Amino acid sequence: MNTNAPVATTENLTKVYGDRVAVDKVTMTVRRGEVYGFLGPNGAGKTTTLRMLLGLIRPTSGTAYADPSVGALIEGPGFHPYLSGRANLRVLARHRGLTDAEVERVLGRVDLAGRGDDKFKGYSLGMKQRLGVAAALMGDPELIVLDEPTNGLDPAGMADMRALVVDLAREGRTVLLSSHLLAEVQEICHRVGVINDGRLLRESTVAELRGGVSLRIRATPEPEALAVAMRLAGDDGVRRESDGALLLSLPAERAPDVARALVAAGADVHEITAAERSLEEVFFEMTSTHPHQEVPA
Amino acid sequence: MSTLTATTRSTRAELMRLRAWPAVWITLGAWLLLSIMFGYLFTYLSYTSGDASFADEGTTQAEQLARMLPDAVPDVFLQGMPMFGGALMMVLGALVAGNGYGWGTWKTLFAQGVRRTPALLGSVTALTAVVLTTLVVTLGLDLGISLIITASENQDVVMPSFGSVTEAFGAGFLVLEMWALLGFLLGTLARGPALSVGLGLVWALVVENLLRGVGQLLGWVESLTEVLPGTSAGSLIGGIVGVGAGDGTPGVLDTVPVGRAAITVAVYLVLAVAGSVLLVRRRDVA
Repeated sequence: MNTNAPVATTENLTKVYGDRVAVDKVTMTVRRGEVYGFLGPNGAGKTTTLRMLLGLIRPTSGTAYADPSVGALIEGPGFHPYLSGRANLRVLARHRGLTDAEVERVLGRVDLAGRGDDKFKGYSLGMKQRLGVAAALMGDPELIVLDEPTNGLDPAGMADMRALVVDLAREGRTVLLSSHLLAEVQEICHRVGVINDGRLLRESTVAELRGGVSLRIRATPEPEALAVAMRLAGDDGVRRESDGALLLSLPAERAPDVARALVAAGADVHEITAAERSLEEVFFEMTSTHPHQEVPA
Repeated sequence: MSTLTATTRSTRAELMRLRAWPAVWITLGAWLLLSIMFGYLFTYLSYTSGDASFADEGTTQAEQLARMLPDAVPDVFLQGMPMFGGALMMVLGALVAGNGYGWGTWKTLFAQGVRRTPALLGSVTALTAVVLTTLVVTLGLDLGISLIITASENQDVVMPSFGSVTEAFGAGFLVLEMWALLGFLLGTLARGPALSVGLGLVWALVVENLLRGVGQLLGWVESLTEVLPGTSAGSLIGGIVGVGAGDGTPGVLDTVPVGRAAITVAVYLVLAVAGSVLLVRRRDVA
């Protein structure tokens, strides 16, 4: 089995509703064995892209392919309210030719075995979400698509869900994870795609997206410090932070060189540290949204 | 995996969930209750009290008793089907298809890679099984009640002929199945249960009757009504039980010949399945 083979791809995938372009020429690739984070603010086009990928909606143009062995939780779980969680999964299992043992396995996996006989309509939002994940895990699919799986979960539930995705990754499963929880994505995902206003802005590894480690310095007088920074890191390698500090695109090992150069230029060095931008910072920068306005923490 | 295998799996799955769905039992219970009420209870009360009920006006006690004996079961079995039997089955069909959208269960199913056509055909087959079960239970109940009346009235047991039972069962199946599948089509079309149930009931109980009334004034409307589902179902039943015998029974008609009515009903049945498959295959699943 080719471990890098794509299990889900889109090519210029586009969906237009009336005069609104919901998804605009999105080209992305999810490779076997990776956890792929699909990020974007509300209304960016994430769910529409995933729904096209799963064949739930037709693209206006472009193509989408997903491995036929797929399990997915899309836009919240949909089950028969009058049936228990277990019975709902058994109905799904019948449709797919799976056994009741498989139902018990996935119920245990999402920690719902003890409440499996409760009616779905009596479940909390978190339990419904976990049942949706259980449905996605049934039959050991090649590709698992999870659209906001932590929606409605309490902090403990979120931690459990994160642990579950980490376990899936350890088992070598391919997971396409759409989430607002950037800190989680940063820790869990191998690669990410960032979408905004229907367009895929970037697709890369998490490390590439964060831009690697850089050096953060605070030195006075600032003009001298800036001149030294630009000489060492280049014009494009220096960024001024809001607190007046400078962020240099240089590896941490260059810190002694930078310190010496600053002192030699007559500057007083107040701070020199290795700095790494979080995925959240990069995300807000790319999508130009304020964290308190559109994207929930 | 072949479509047949996938359809068989989906049929098992749908039967499993329909068995546990209170809506199915409530619909079946409502049908049986209405069927017994209008088929036997009112006639029996009229017969025992000596008063002519609205359904039995102008009939003698001997005729009333004859209607409740086993020999008349095929007629009694069929009489409620064009009106409330069809309406109830249409509600059930609309619920089966429409709630799949309302609850998001179609979405859950298709998102797991289950193919659309076999899933839908499985649902239709399971609905057909419910219709067949309804017919068997109704026939059994009618026979049971008529035998009890026969015994209580010290009458000789004269069972209906196998041919007449088979004919009634076949006609009843065509009528109930047509309405159930038209309800299924409406539920698919509306992608929800509420609108489809409302529209279906208004059509079946009101619009067709109004059109038949207008048809007496306008020739082209009359021609149109002859190919409508309600007219065809009513004519199919009327052709078997006779409109004379069913006089006063709403929905039982003699508008078109029984053979033509049966063909029209069968055409609706096929069109409803084909239309549902086409819609589910081609449309987005929200």
